[in-house]
Amino acid sequence: MRVYQFSEQPYHPAWNDHNGSLRVIFPNRKCDPRVAADLFHRYYDEYQAADELGLDIMLNEHHQSATCMSSTVAVGLAVLARATKRARLLVLGYPIGHRPDPLRVAEELSTIDVISRGRLDMGFIKGIPYEIAASNQNPVYLMDRFWEAHDFIIKAMTTHDETFNWEGEYFHYRQVNIWPRVWQEPHPPVWSTTGSTTQARVLGERGYVMATLGTGFGTRKIYDAYRKSYLGKHGKAPGADRFAYLGLVAVANDREEARKRGELIADYLRTSPIVHLPFRNPPGYLPPEDNARILRGESPPRTYTKGGRVITMQTAPIDDLIDGGVLFCGTPDDVYEQLVAFCEHCGGMGNLLMMGQGGFLTHEQTIDNLSLFSREVLPRLKAYRQPDAEAVAASVAA
Amino acid sequence: MSLAAESATGGLKDSLVVEGARIDLIERGAGKPLLFLHAENGIDPSMAAIGELAKSAHVLAPTHPGFGRSELPKGMRSVDDLSYFYLDFIDQLDLYDVMVVGVGFGAWIAAEITVKSTARMSCLVMANAVGVKVSDRETRDIADIFAVTDPEYLAMAYCDPSVGRRDYKTLPDAEVLAAARAREATARFAWNPYFHNPRLKSRLHRIRIPTLFLWGTHDRMLSEAYGRAYCAMIPGARFETIERAGHFPHEEQPKVFAEKVFAFAGKVQERVA
Repeated sequence: MRVYQFSEQPYHPAWNDHNGSLRVIFPNRKCDPRVAADLFHRYYDEYQAADELGLDIMLNEHHQSATCMSSTVAVGLAVLARATKRARLLVLGYPIGHRPDPLRVAEELSTIDVISRGRLDMGFIKGIPYEIAASNQNPVYLMDRFWEAHDFIIKAMTTHDETFNWEGEYFHYRQVNIWPRVWQEPHPPVWSTTGSTTQARVLGERGYVMATLGTGFGTRKIYDAYRKSYLGKHGKAPGADRFAYLGLVAVANDREEARKRGELIADYLRTSPIVHLPFRNPPGYLPPEDNARILRGESPPRTYTKGGRVITMQTAPIDDLIDGGVLFCGTPDDVYEQLVAFCEHCGGMGNLLMMGQGGFLTHEQTIDNLSLFSREVLPRLKAYRQPDAEAVAASVAA
Repeated sequence: MSLAAESATGGLKDSLVVEGARIDLIERGAGKPLLFLHAENGIDPSMAAIGELAKSAHVLAPTHPGFGRSELPKGMRSVDDLSYFYLDFIDQLDLYDVMVVGVGFGAWIAAEITVKSTARMSCLVMANAVGVKVSDRETRDIADIFAVTDPEYLAMAYCDPSVGRRDYKTLPDAEVLAAARAREATARFAWNPYFHNPRLKSRLHRIRIPTLFLWGTHDRMLSEAYGRAYCAMIPGARFETIERAGHFPHEEQPKVFAEKVFAFAGKVQERVA
């Protein structure tokens, strides 16, 4: 298993005075650039520590938000491509449907792949609803733009001998020839995220690495949808390396301290959805059938415990988050056992996207969390034998 | 010409295929044809305004592509596309001397139609119309309806918000889905540029038929100053207000709305005679 350290790089000093929205309309007057600078350096130090501790690294981006200062993920990737030595650098993700210029995206990612000497993992995402305000892209066409941008970026990264022409629905170029070309052939690995079985089938056909977050013990059905379509398209079962899961991780030598850390990291879950209501579901972001259900007051719960109980991530107490496979928390033994139980539920999961820093967790606590995890849990996870992929896929197909 | 399905209750059409897309159509009344272009919140056959208008005209009220149950022709994505769709619609039904009446988003479509051709139209009525930008780039002419809550929106759009309120928990499935589709279709056509076409302003001089602007004075999505500035861009257009009505005057004052439409159409007739 690979483990990617992840932090949303929060600007938590402003969290206590948000007037109902930490995103979109939360005025940047509340951001002190001196404090932001200290935080950025601190988070980059933690990423460098992760690199030295044998962990991989994940970055993301959100916009107009105090929950995540990384609004331009290419900048963070560029810093870390130079400052780290060995870690894979996963961007999960790059909201390419929002970008006006996918050629620029291809250039940025190629440059990062080259500077890092081939350590880039390239996650393309739709982006959560709150991102629409910053790009002002029409939410109705977001996924069409996403796939056209995707096709264009892949073509730009894999065309080496002459310029090419692109006159699509959304993007137009006549002489495409990006420099530098990518380090990894034919292009850096592609990742994406989803919470739906429909999109899981699409990703399975393409064989891309699929990540989910907050899906807890409901993850299996999304993975199985992927497995089925992967098997149909590729004639073999997808390995555990095709699956990724984002979980919060709080580990300490005693359970009490681990729970304290878990509480602090879980503030990510409690603050992340604080957004002025109208920005939570822009028109066209979801299909009309889903919106009709929402108008009726129905909303499908997403997070289940192992026993099938529904939990609400924003308000759930620590024990529920642990039961729900959202937070992995306790001594190194506890955390290892929780993760193995989760992998078994998934039928194999080869990439843990570990939120090892979240919310108010301090620098010292984060370094201790990452160090202990690397020393006591990571070696065992590396040695852990995932469920047999062919057997799992065969049971899904049957 | 593809023929419409016959409704169960009469000889009038309830749907029509145009450009390969089946759209819903309310057809009522007799006399001169009146094409009613509904606003961004959709249309339903029980709307009082339809009945009022049908007392004095042959009302044709289509559900725009992408709204209600109407299909969306492949590749359709702008109000410009919609305007060509309705020019085809008018050709297909071989209508002449058409009164074109639009509200809100529908008035924008009406403007986009009539800058292209008025050959088959007698007059134009635009109520609480969107479609152009009149102020500078940092002044919001049209309130961001997607950045407010539902109660805030109702207070903005109506003089009496209870007229627009819906209890989606008790409405039939088809109406709830229609509301969801209306919201999506509005975004499809009006997200960016927001509720306007930057090219339209320079074309409005081509509207050479008698034009009336109606304005529900309680509209807080648009200002009356915006309406008057828009009206002034169309040669000879008149501007009249409707009291105790907001952005959808045909919903809040259906009788007054219809009276004003036909008073104007009558004057147009006199002028022609």
